[in-house]
Amino acid sequence: MTKLLKIAVRNLARYRRRSLLTASLIAIGVIAVVVFEAAAGAFTGLMVGQMTDAMLGHLQIHRRGYVASMDNLPLTMMLTPAEVTVVEETLRAQPEVESYSRRLKFGGMFSNYTETTAIRLNGVYPDEELRTLPLLASRIKQGTAMLKNGEIVIPELLANGMGVKLGDTIVVIATNRDGSVNAAQLVVTGVLENVTSPSGRDGYVHIEDAMSLLRMDAPEISEIAVRLNDFDRLDQVAGTIRSGLQGATTPGQVGETEVHTWEGLSPFYNIAVLIDILALSATFGLIAIVLISVMNVMLMSVYERVKEIGTMAAMGTMPRTILGMFVIEGLSLGVLGILIGDALAAAAILVIRGIGPTFNFGRETGLVLSPQVDLAQMLLISAVVLLVAVVGTVQPAFKASRMEPVEALRHG
Amino acid sequence: MSLIVADGLTKTYTTGAVRVEALKDLTFTIDRASFVSFVGPSGSGKTTLLNLTGALDRPTTGRLLVSDTDVGTLDRRAAAAFRGRTVGFIFQEFNLIPVLTAYENVEYPLLLVQHVAAPERRQRVLALLEAVGVSDQRDKYPDQLSGGQKQRIAVARALVTNPQLVLADEPTANLDHANAALVMSTMRRMRDTLGTTFVFSTHDPRVMAEAEIVFHLEDGRLVNRQTQGAAA
Repeated sequence: MTKLLKIAVRNLARYRRRSLLTASLIAIGVIAVVVFEAAAGAFTGLMVGQMTDAMLGHLQIHRRGYVASMDNLPLTMMLTPAEVTVVEETLRAQPEVESYSRRLKFGGMFSNYTETTAIRLNGVYPDEELRTLPLLASRIKQGTAMLKNGEIVIPELLANGMGVKLGDTIVVIATNRDGSVNAAQLVVTGVLENVTSPSGRDGYVHIEDAMSLLRMDAPEISEIAVRLNDFDRLDQVAGTIRSGLQGATTPGQVGETEVHTWEGLSPFYNIAVLIDILALSATFGLIAIVLISVMNVMLMSVYERVKEIGTMAAMGTMPRTILGMFVIEGLSLGVLGILIGDALAAAAILVIRGIGPTFNFGRETGLVLSPQVDLAQMLLISAVVLLVAVVGTVQPAFKASRMEPVEALRHG
Repeated sequence: MSLIVADGLTKTYTTGAVRVEALKDLTFTIDRASFVSFVGPSGSGKTTLLNLTGALDRPTTGRLLVSDTDVGTLDRRAAAAFRGRTVGFIFQEFNLIPVLTAYENVEYPLLLVQHVAAPERRQRVLALLEAVGVSDQRDKYPDQLSGGQKQRIAVARALVTNPQLVLADEPTANLDHANAALVMSTMRRMRDTLGTTFVFSTHDPRVMAEAEIVFHLEDGRLVNRQTQGAAA
């Protein structure tokens, strides 16, 4: 094996320029895929992090049908106190659930006494909301997110558009489930940064103010946002919660609920899927590059060494040994390309990270792209390249091993 | 005691509608430890006969026994195993592997064909390089060696597996007279020392004169068997 490797390496060195060109081609492909995937991963991670940690939570629980009507913020599809108790018991039984936040969502009118506009509001328990959305506090551009009764946090868009400042008193008018209108005076104590998302421009009030405004005797809940301690187990935990809640359904007492992960709630999921498809396409491109270049160089190698192959066969070298010799040569070429590619890709990622390029996404500006060297991902890409290099070598190597020695020896 | 027995041996090549009879009804025997030459003009069938004897090709009809093995019946793997065990080859163009040093070229069949252990391998390679007079060239690559040196390394490579038979196809055709004589004397000395049977093809009269037995081929037929020198 060592000798075969030595012969393979020397043969690669024998055609140094060709080997280096092929290895460079493989390396360029590896760099392109590794850097693209790292950048795409950083972008997706950043956006998903913003969405889940500052708005949505990792998953949400609603009464069945609520999400389909979510744009209207219906007050007729709420979770009753009994149902909320069942959901809370189910969530507490899951060790993976880190925290959850009950929300009462409604639409209303926002007035600064001179102008009026529409507003979407979340009535929340501030401590629950801040535990479930750890990045929410960082979205507060002015003031605080720790709401008290009689206070409101408004989106930046509204603050700028209506000229409302911290400490100003405003009026929120809302229609309750029965159709009666009510109003409340609230003091602005925070201004929220805009985030690109359907709920990225919502305001916050204390849930008790929301209940009072909507004339609710008992707290009814529109949604429960849930944060897990391990995001990677999202689908598994969502499934467990779903099963738990289905088992708890009692007709007439506890209605049907639905559990959605962030993927089902945010349109960004489609962009993330598109990015994944692009990354996959880049990987297929890399596979094509490696396959064609390795196969081409190995076929050339076989054709140039026909007589040498004939000599080896004449000396009694078994076909499998000749096959192995060429496979190891192709493999060595792949390894060379991978080593160069991985090293340069890691360096490129570190340089990008050092520079910290900024970009804008929707209304969000100055987002910093911070890709990371993902060893597992690099190993996976390297393994794919290596496998493809072997596949690209098999046909030429098989051809070499099946040569008739008498024909090969006759070759020019 | 015969090492090679050919009986009614023929070899026919067919390319499209063209049919060429390269060997026609050859019958002969070659004893062990003999120094034999097949001579004849180009196209007389010398190389074809050596290829059949070395199990590189199969006869069309007839029987060819080499060391009691009917080489015409061997499949691909068995033929390779037979060659690795029984036959050493010396080629007109030396056919050394360019990426291996002189030492490694000689070592190759022991390492990758016979899988001999390292200490024995080293001892046998060094002994043969010494015996053929190129031990001082052991670390050089083929492109750093003269034709005579290359062919003597090829002789060492052919002998390193202790084969019963060495087949040499025009071994001196690419050498000047001095080197040709040196290679022939090396081969003969090795036959004397090791008792290996040497069969070579040539159309060089000076090389022909070195053989103890000369088979004359013409148009694929064996036309004469001549015993020379001490063997006469």
